[in-house]
Amino acid sequence: MLRYSLKRLFSLVISLLVASIVIFVVIEIVPGDPATYMLGINAQEDTIAALREELGLNATKIERYWGWLSGMMVGDFGTSYTYRSPVSELIGDRIWVSLPLALIALTLSTAIAFPIGILAASRRGSVTDMSVMGATQLGVAIPNFWFAMILVLIFAINLRWFASGGFPGWDEGLFAGLKALTLPAIALALPQASILARVMRTSLLDTLSEDFVRTARAKGLSKAKALRRHALRNALIPVLTIIGLQFSFMLAGAIIIENVFYLPGLGRLIFQSISQRDLIVVESVVMLLVFAVILVNFLVDLTYALVDPRLRGRQ
Amino acid sequence: MTFTSKLALAASALALSVSAAWADGGNISVGLALEPPHLDPTSAAAGAIDQVLYSNVFEGLTRFASDGSIIPGLAKSWEISEDGLTYTFQLNGGVTFHDGSAMDADDVIFSLDRARAEDSTNAQKALFADIASVAASDPQTVVVTLGKPNGSFLFNMAWGDAVIVAPESIAGIKETPVGTGPFKFVEWVKGDRIEVVRYADYWGDAVPLEAATFRFISDPTAAFASVMSEDVDVFPVFPAPENLAQFEADPRFQVLVGSTEGETILSINNKMEPLNDVRVRKAIAHAIDRQAIIDGAMFGFGTPIGTHFAPHNPAYIDLTGNSGHDIEMSKALLAEAGYPDGFTTTLKLPPPSYARRGGEIIAAQLREVGITVEISNLEWAQWLEQVFRGKDFGLSIVSHTEPMDIGIYARPDYYFQYDNPDFQALIAELNAESKADRRTELMQQAQTVISEDYVNGYLFQLAATGVANAKLQGLWVNAPTQATDLTGVSWAD
Repeated sequence: MLRYSLKRLFSLVISLLVASIVIFVVIEIVPGDPATYMLGINAQEDTIAALREELGLNATKIERYWGWLSGMMVGDFGTSYTYRSPVSELIGDRIWVSLPLALIALTLSTAIAFPIGILAASRRGSVTDMSVMGATQLGVAIPNFWFAMILVLIFAINLRWFASGGFPGWDEGLFAGLKALTLPAIALALPQASILARVMRTSLLDTLSEDFVRTARAKGLSKAKALRRHALRNALIPVLTIIGLQFSFMLAGAIIIENVFYLPGLGRLIFQSISQRDLIVVESVVMLLVFAVILVNFLVDLTYALVDPRLRGRQ
Repeated sequence: MTFTSKLALAASALALSVSAAWADGGNISVGLALEPPHLDPTSAAAGAIDQVLYSNVFEGLTRFASDGSIIPGLAKSWEISEDGLTYTFQLNGGVTFHDGSAMDADDVIFSLDRARAEDSTNAQKALFADIASVAASDPQTVVVTLGKPNGSFLFNMAWGDAVIVAPESIAGIKETPVGTGPFKFVEWVKGDRIEVVRYADYWGDAVPLEAATFRFISDPTAAFASVMSEDVDVFPVFPAPENLAQFEADPRFQVLVGSTEGETILSINNKMEPLNDVRVRKAIAHAIDRQAIIDGAMFGFGTPIGTHFAPHNPAYIDLTGNSGHDIEMSKALLAEAGYPDGFTTTLKLPPPSYARRGGEIIAAQLREVGITVEISNLEWAQWLEQVFRGKDFGLSIVSHTEPMDIGIYARPDYYFQYDNPDFQALIAELNAESKADRRTELMQQAQTVISEDYVNGYLFQLAATGVANAKLQGLWVNAPTQATDLTGVSWAD
């Protein structure tokens, strides 16, 4: 187990290093100067030069890459060009929207997907199975931003149960915060739940037709017991992979949902920073998201080992 | 206590707090499409900063009124010397910054000197270029001496970039702005909102509103939902003109349509072949059907213009007749210039919908006379780099939102590169002139010159289209500068 974990950890560090280089290079070659953007069309050349100097944009690319990388090692992401406050502070504020949103959506999606996936698999070919398959097909097909707009139309404009968007902040209380995240979380979760339920069903059906399940049934276990004790655990590996991917998607890919509900999350921070050419913020947030994705995959790899003892012994 | 009684108590407490907030003038929630990058109006061009802070938190010596006229701000009066070089400002008494410190002549000297300093990062540094010195004769009197007469000096001092700031609070201005205005900055939750409350010790008349929250909603669909659900009371610059009819039909809302300082033009690279030929530019001007663009791209909102000047300005003259829609004339002009079969050029469009939608329509109109344009859609940062600084474009569409900016045509290095010494002399004379009659005359001459030189294609004056709760009164209808002046806003009973 230790050796397996160490190997995974090593590949995690290498991936991060490669990612940092790719991100820096890609973002630096995007045309557009942050100082020019900030000062607009009436700015004089000397003013732009003064601002470039102030922002440290005159250093060479290598110096800036090194400064960024070495800063990140000690948790210093640099200072935003436009906001002029530490990037770590900006991320710190935003992550308390994005992370809870992703977690709620993930919980929601898992809570929906597991029971209906299992139900559909255990009653294969029945009306229940058909309706689950039909409903999830629809869920996969519906784009989440459209679904989000429909939720706003029904629950914010017509029923007035929720605000149409915005986030009051956790200072206003847990309830207010959760309430603001409810509609976005549902909009994010439903398409994911549909995918997950279908994966769950397929994976479970695969294992149910394996020899060991037949053996368990032959030993006299009921269908339900064989499913619970033997099939479910074996069916989990592909499901865990999907959950890992989905979590990364919901953390990094909530940009559109955050725009529909005007939530101050990481997605909108990236979106704004790109158009304002706040390169250091874009680089740092993208790096952070890459880190999150790699970390989640690392954790998923570790859980494989927990679920599947064979992986622990493997070299 | 049972659960239901707790719930009832909570509900009544909620009702109580709501009515308490409303009792005293009330709160207002303002929707804005763009969030300010930081909160220092004196070191960025972002209009979003002024949309939150101008006249609410920060004030200058003079200020814009809703109709665009210049009225006293922190200076209650001023005297201009005979030669037009010395301005003596009398400051209002009892003015304090929100941190309690007094605002006096030293703060004015600090603010103006800071803006024109060598290492200044003021986006409109040119506003201060003619200042030779700033001095105080007593704590309430500031004497500004100009190097040469400048007829628009009082106007320049009304800009958001010329507000008065204090040396004690300047270090933190980007995060916690400390001004002299009727509202005091409270909190900025980045990405979500900025909150301000009424400043109790304001020197002028107390404002009706108790507090205001500015919320940042960039997505047009989300903006629509926020107004429809009444989460936002006013959206002064509503991002989706296509929804305005729906708001107009709804008795809960009022639609505010006014004018802005935004001359929307088809800018032409005057140095590029074949656009350097005035006949070609004239042909382009006649190929354009302004009304079709206003209807198609702006849903009917916008006033046609024939020159680079705001129609609501008293000195405006209607020159749209110089460039009426006339395809035959356009084709004839192209043939005369040696392009009977037209030519191909680029049309580089920044993000706003007037440009993207207008660009498609203009491309179709130009195709009718044989001119093919290759459209490319750019982000602002790219536009600034390629078009504005790099001058690498044939045509572009942009709204020039700075007030009274006809002077840009006197700058030969400005991105459309119009170089006419006569026009430059005209603007130099205008800048030095302070007599109103003569100024009007010069401004009208200037309008005529650029119209007849077909420097750019003049399309329309951008309309200010906002949506507000029907019970709100005192909102600015016009937008002489990018601001959401809340000083006169109140709720009707």
